[in-house]
Amino acid sequence: MIPLKWEKRLQEYLNKRENWLKELYKTGSTWEGRRKFLKMSAMAAGFAATQSFVPHSFQLVDVVNAATPDSKAFTFAYISDSHLYEKTLNERFVRQLERAVADINALDPQPDFVLYGGDLAQLGQPGELKLGAQILKQVKAPLKMMVGEHDWFLDMGDLWKELFGKHYYSFDHKGVHFITLMSVNEKDFWTAKNLSPMQRMQIVSGLDDGRQSAFEVGAEEREWLARDLANIPKTTPIVVFSHSPLYKLYRPWNFWTDDADEIQALLQPFQTVTVVHGHTHQVLTNRIGNIHFHGMLSTAWPWPYAPQGLPKLTMQMNRPDPFNQTEGLGDGIIDVLGNGRVNKRYDLWNRNPMSVTAKYLDSNGQEDLPAKTSLPSY
Amino acid sequence: MNKVQLIKLIIICVFASVVLYQSHKVEAQEPVQLPKHAPAKTDGKSLVVQLCDGETNLEVKGVGPNERLDLEKAQTVSNQLMAQWLAKQPKEVAENWLRESLNARTEAKTTATQENKSSTGQEQVADFSSRDYKSWEKELAKEIAYGDQIFHDDKLLGSTNGVSCAMCHPHAANTHPETYPKFQIQLRRVALLRDMVNWCIENPSRGAKLHPDDPKMRAIEAYILAQRKGVVIEPGKH
Repeated sequence: MIPLKWEKRLQEYLNKRENWLKELYKTGSTWEGRRKFLKMSAMAAGFAATQSFVPHSFQLVDVVNAATPDSKAFTFAYISDSHLYEKTLNERFVRQLERAVADINALDPQPDFVLYGGDLAQLGQPGELKLGAQILKQVKAPLKMMVGEHDWFLDMGDLWKELFGKHYYSFDHKGVHFITLMSVNEKDFWTAKNLSPMQRMQIVSGLDDGRQSAFEVGAEEREWLARDLANIPKTTPIVVFSHSPLYKLYRPWNFWTDDADEIQALLQPFQTVTVVHGHTHQVLTNRIGNIHFHGMLSTAWPWPYAPQGLPKLTMQMNRPDPFNQTEGLGDGIIDVLGNGRVNKRYDLWNRNPMSVTAKYLDSNGQEDLPAKTSLPSY
Repeated sequence: MNKVQLIKLIIICVFASVVLYQSHKVEAQEPVQLPKHAPAKTDGKSLVVQLCDGETNLEVKGVGPNERLDLEKAQTVSNQLMAQWLAKQPKEVAENWLRESLNARTEAKTTATQENKSSTGQEQVADFSSRDYKSWEKELAKEIAYGDQIFHDDKLLGSTNGVSCAMCHPHAANTHPETYPKFQIQLRRVALLRDMVNWCIENPSRGAKLHPDDPKMRAIEAYILAQRKGVVIEPGKH
């Protein structure tokens, strides 16, 4: 066959790109090379800005932050909402979680730890949770687990706790106080209706199933949170992980936490608070007073934006293409800055990454705007 | 390129086009058959009128098979048929029927006198009673509810990997039926809503695609369209 012109050109381009990347990595390993590497990375960033895509490898270097005084103190990564079925039923969701794990393991330097944002399983089945645990064992960095409603409502968290430990906890890392909440408790809707555990699980697993109750942190955990925060100085940066957004966005889909106001009241006295949540499977940004809110991407499927109540600061991600099954999915990293604020990066598969910075939120959307969507949600 | 290569290329092209043609054929599935009543038996000498239940027949003595009944006679025949049908029904059904039809007549009359009279006293016929509207709403709700059920149930949809429609489209969000028809490059033709429904069934859900007239397809379309009924169209977005 006659080789077509464009094929030749593409091959030439790919070869060139590969050599160039090889050189980048090679020079990164020596001191002299590192300076050259940074220079080249800056060039690459400039190059990338003029292109319609960003090659994946450049996400590893955050040149801008490394150069400014308001530099990043450390980085952690996240994977969330994998909704695993057993492999025999649905291999795609399994592959997608594995892809996220590979993404995170390829980060260089490695993040300080990796947050798993909840909804590891789809129907809380032992086979699903154990499969998830097995895949997450491959994560190289230390793993912090959070529970989601899909993991919980079959056996009310028994197996999840057995596999991953306590469902709410706090820890300190490099001067930041981290809190992981279990925010997807629901008021009992099943006993009166005499529902089986599986029926209960299925109702909760339907995002638009109105038979379930609203998500809430609940009184017991709120008391624990108050106690936990009592001895923390108000100047200590706080980062909270919750599966549901810790504010009230859209009740029909439980993009919602019923006692969000109480939780926010507990957090408002602190100078620097960030909430990182799962459940919404999309780029989602909000700010209430001193609290910055960031959503996480799913590895299973993207959700549409809620038809009402979308926070003004949310720059939507492009509507996912239904012909590409990994569109709108991904994972990402969170840079914690010296002042305790965070820059959130959404590493969308097959797309440019989206960064939502502390500067953007601190300026109420006036500065450092993320790229605007060209295909908003219907 | 030599001759052998050319021949090879032609063979491959022919083969590929056959495969493509085969894969684009919709699996033969019978469309829905609407109920048809067997014609009433007749001796050929007199007219036989059949009730809409397809069972109750009345032979009209003295009227030939092709003769036309005058209005008065037709009304008598109709009343007799209904009386025959009512006699066959359980007491409750019969009573309910009589009460409803009485109400319907009264309501229809009320509508006519209140709303349809002009200042000159002329009135238009009130074609539909509230009972008509109620029965239509009931049928519509039934279809939408069936679609709702399929939309949320992966097994009913025929999914083989646990993926249901509502997993990506809660309340049919982002299905935007008002944007069809549109040319969809990936389908290589102008897509209708049902084409995208079938795409989703076959790909994310790994099921067998539905015939356009399959009751399930109609119900899914009904549910999606009903969710978006009355949504204000935003030019540029929709």
